[in-house]
Amino acid sequence: MRSPVNLAHSLGYVRDASAPRNLERALDDLRSGLSRWRLAAALARLDIRNRYRGSVLGPFWMTLSTAIMVTGIGLLYSTLFRMSLREYLPFLAVSLLVWNTISQIVSDACTSFISSEGVIRQMPLPYTVHVLRFVFRNAIIAAHSLPLILVVFVVFGVYPGAEAFTVLPGLLLLAINAFAVGLFLGMFCARFRDIQQIVASIMQLAFFLSPVLWKPALLGHWQALLPLNPFYVLMETVRGPLVEGGAPLLIWVCALFYTALSCTLAFLFFVRFRGRIAFWV
Amino acid sequence: MAHIEAQRLSIEFPLYHLSARSLKKRLMARAAIRLKEDEGHRVVVAALRELTFRIEPGERVALVGGNGAGKTTLLRTLAGIYEPVAGRLEVEGRIGSLIDPAAGMDMESTGRENIVLRGLYLGLSEAECDEMAEEAGRFSGLGEFLDVPVRTYSAGMAVRLSFAAATLMSPEILLMDEWFLAGDADFMVRATERLEQLVVGADILVLATHDMKVVREWCTRAIRLNGGRIEADGPVADVLKD
Repeated sequence: MRSPVNLAHSLGYVRDASAPRNLERALDDLRSGLSRWRLAAALARLDIRNRYRGSVLGPFWMTLSTAIMVTGIGLLYSTLFRMSLREYLPFLAVSLLVWNTISQIVSDACTSFISSEGVIRQMPLPYTVHVLRFVFRNAIIAAHSLPLILVVFVVFGVYPGAEAFTVLPGLLLLAINAFAVGLFLGMFCARFRDIQQIVASIMQLAFFLSPVLWKPALLGHWQALLPLNPFYVLMETVRGPLVEGGAPLLIWVCALFYTALSCTLAFLFFVRFRGRIAFWV
Repeated sequence: MAHIEAQRLSIEFPLYHLSARSLKKRLMARAAIRLKEDEGHRVVVAALRELTFRIEPGERVALVGGNGAGKTTLLRTLAGIYEPVAGRLEVEGRIGSLIDPAAGMDMESTGRENIVLRGLYLGLSEAECDEMAEEAGRFSGLGEFLDVPVRTYSAGMAVRLSFAAATLMSPEILLMDEWFLAGDADFMVRATERLEQLVVGADILVLATHDMKVVREWCTRAIRLNGGRIEADGPVADVLKD
């Protein structure tokens, strides 16, 4: 027979509707959920495998479609913007990849709990595990696009300097935001099923309003307003280090601010509604 | 010591899609017994209503009652899945639940991978998971099929696999749905043996079932649920009599 299962939760508990101890239990959920990252990683790998089952290229399809898009848009827009390909294409490649990752994260965040419905209603697991699974899933998908950036850099002979390493904190911020958004939107979309459609149209609008295809400098003196766009700020913490020799301090400050904001919001929501998730999914 | 104590425990399922006014009125007008409106004007199903009971170590409790009486909901609540909307629930002891055997199964993964996955769900280390895969693989008797995706299994094979994976534990409180008592006859002989081991090893058994033979054989106490309320609670012979 098996040795005792070391699940803190399964050792017993007290649930009292008149003293719900929401804060304590939300913290506990986060702690035990994060400590079980192995489970989340295993589930994320399964998600990727199942999503692309039988497909020859698998997740590389996204890389390929981005490559085609970069070439097509690059040729057209470099003419429209009167920029040389060498100047425009590395920017565009990084831009599109980062944007695709962000938009993928946001739309997938809507299903972070709904897609785990079967598990949520059958097994008492920390809800954090499901969000972590979603973060890992998207990290794996994003990692498949990295070779494309390398190819573009090599083809155009553009090499970012040592500043390129500041992309690491940028990616970390992106991951933290993904976690917060997965928690928040995951709950919100589980309760209100229309949100997912609303989010999809917001993301489409955000694509055109954010400097993905066009360089921020084209805005002239309106450029000062760009930090108000959280998508731009988060994108810039990754794109800046790779193609512009680092992101300005203002961007980092704003990125930290937005991260703090999204984490706070998600946490407050989680504390308040954690117990309802099982009824919503 | 392991015990379960519930005081006025209530669970309500919100029905969000019934918020349309007219539908709501129609439902309410029929003097619904279990559908009601909560403070937030949502239609809710009262799945469990003010249950009060205490289960001491050594007790073997059968939950009986018709379909929709609240048996499985009570099991899931005891397992820690649903939060009570009112009342208090205290569970002390290591919980093992055999509620849905297919819980957490991945159809595209092989049998072996699924057992490892189950181990990860339970919070075991990778080495323990591999060991578990060996043991469960042997018990399931699936042989070479253990390395084939579960998608290709027959229903009976899937049952063997999930049963083998789910019963690799030694809980103090065992929560079990009658589902686990169904299976092909050949396998059931071994399965029953295993379940009996589990049941004997556990301090408390809570079993939801329709099968009165099982109740008489395994349980010392029965709780009859009806419409989410406790209708009768006592020794098996007394509860089953009426």
